[in-house]
Amino acid sequence: MQQSPIVEIRNVSFGYDPARPVLRDIDLAIARGSVVGIMGQSGCGKTTLLRIIMGAYLPSGGTARVLGELTGKLDREGLYRMRRKTGMLFQFGALFTDLSVYDNVAFPLREHAELPDELLRDLVLLKLQAVGLRGAAHLMPAELSGGMARRVALARSIALDPQLILYDEPFTGLDPISFGVIVRLIRELNDSLGATSIIVTHDVQEALGVVDYVYFMAAGRVIAQGTPEEIRSSAEPFVNQFVNGKSEGPVPFHYAAPEYGADLELAAA
Amino acid sequence: MPIVAALRQQLERLGANVTSHVWRLGFASRFLAYLVMHSGTALRRFHLTIAEIYFAGVLSLIVILVSGLFVGMVLALQGYDTLQRFGASESLGVLVALSLVRELGPVVAGLLFASRAGSAITAEIGLMKATEQLSAMEMMAVDPVARVVAPRFWGGVISMPLLAALFSAMGIFGGYLVGVQLIGVDAGAFWSQMQAAVDLRDDIVNGVIKSIVFGIAVTWIAVFEGYDAPPTAEGVSRATTRTVVTSSLAVLALDFVLTALMFTGGGHAQ
Repeated sequence: MQQSPIVEIRNVSFGYDPARPVLRDIDLAIARGSVVGIMGQSGCGKTTLLRIIMGAYLPSGGTARVLGELTGKLDREGLYRMRRKTGMLFQFGALFTDLSVYDNVAFPLREHAELPDELLRDLVLLKLQAVGLRGAAHLMPAELSGGMARRVALARSIALDPQLILYDEPFTGLDPISFGVIVRLIRELNDSLGATSIIVTHDVQEALGVVDYVYFMAAGRVIAQGTPEEIRSSAEPFVNQFVNGKSEGPVPFHYAAPEYGADLELAAA
Repeated sequence: MPIVAALRQQLERLGANVTSHVWRLGFASRFLAYLVMHSGTALRRFHLTIAEIYFAGVLSLIVILVSGLFVGMVLALQGYDTLQRFGASESLGVLVALSLVRELGPVVAGLLFASRAGSAITAEIGLMKATEQLSAMEMMAVDPVARVVAPRFWGGVISMPLLAALFSAMGIFGGYLVGVQLIGVDAGAFWSQMQAAVDLRDDIVNGVIKSIVFGIAVTWIAVFEGYDAPPTAEGVSRATTRTVVTSSLAVLALDFVLTALMFTGGGHAQ
């Protein structure tokens, strides 16, 4: 029997202001065990979609079913119960700056499980070993490079062995080595934990190398979807412009403006 | 007609401002109620609150003690100058102690607490919000109000009366140094008149009540401003300024109200 999707978004719309919706008629179903990319330009609504999946925002229309539960029907306790089974990596890590690397990773364990100190220590070192930073356990976040901070945050987000891991722009601002490390970790952790991963990103070339399936968003809608190969060979003009990084296409180089000549008052002369 | 339109615009702006302030006050009150109801973690895991007592209280000690000493010394100088005109210089101890315990201790300690600890609390919570640390907590199914805000609130509320008491004690010591050691007022008269005149319930307890109220007000404003700050550098900086200004004004206004309630009817509460 085929398993139900771990995340099922049906006809979801969302907007802070009803006149200007951020998301419109979004449909997506994410299969268990897969690594899925949600891609698109900055401001296309992909981070908003991520927040809807986490239950931080409730859809204005449609339904979001995550881990078998409709987020709109959950009270605070229910939402927290669902979030304990998910992990989220923030764009810049969002490490607690007053806690050491060790205490950052231990944080969710201390909050949600009353473990003996020795077991807690073993678990934290296990998670840090998984991201290659067991030797940095004593450092403070201010002493870490951007890539290391991202890895510590990743160790923290998998501390409770989540079924679903969400990545919000995980590649932003990383050097090539750190980038390679994060790509490797996303795939390894997903497979070793038996989890499902959703990566929200605009670093399309990099992400296409790691994901199994892609949803492509523009102006609050899903405009294309498919495997990385299908996306690479897509004839959709916007996807083509985005994947190949062309400066001209459906997204123009120039922001909408009045006639250049009129702005410089050349017409009168 | 343009005058009417302009007047109408001004009135609309005034109305919008008033509505927004009332709305914010309501939001702050709901925030306080939520905070108190979700204080279980801060009280159950009391080491979280102890850490905040250290940051808000212990680290404010230097400024509180030094200020208390100088305020007491100035009080003694000014008080002696006035009292000796009436031949009542032996009452210097009473003047210094009552001024500090009833008024200056809670008020000046409250103002110093607002600028030293209140601003730090706002900046810390605001920066945690700006760097998504509070969102990260939410996503880890940890309530940031219970885990971050409540310990800071209770840490501040507990620290403030202790700081005010230390301020008054240091001020009395400063008054003793100047009055007895420097000017030469009789030490026996200084202490015995103070002991006879300062009443536990009417003076000391009322002073402690004031400092508790100021502690609640300042820390409430500080945590709310931090939590409500726009998550930008400018937003946090403005919130920090607002904390100092609003809580200082709140301390002074509350002091008037409390004094009016406590010390009416012949100087002492009935």
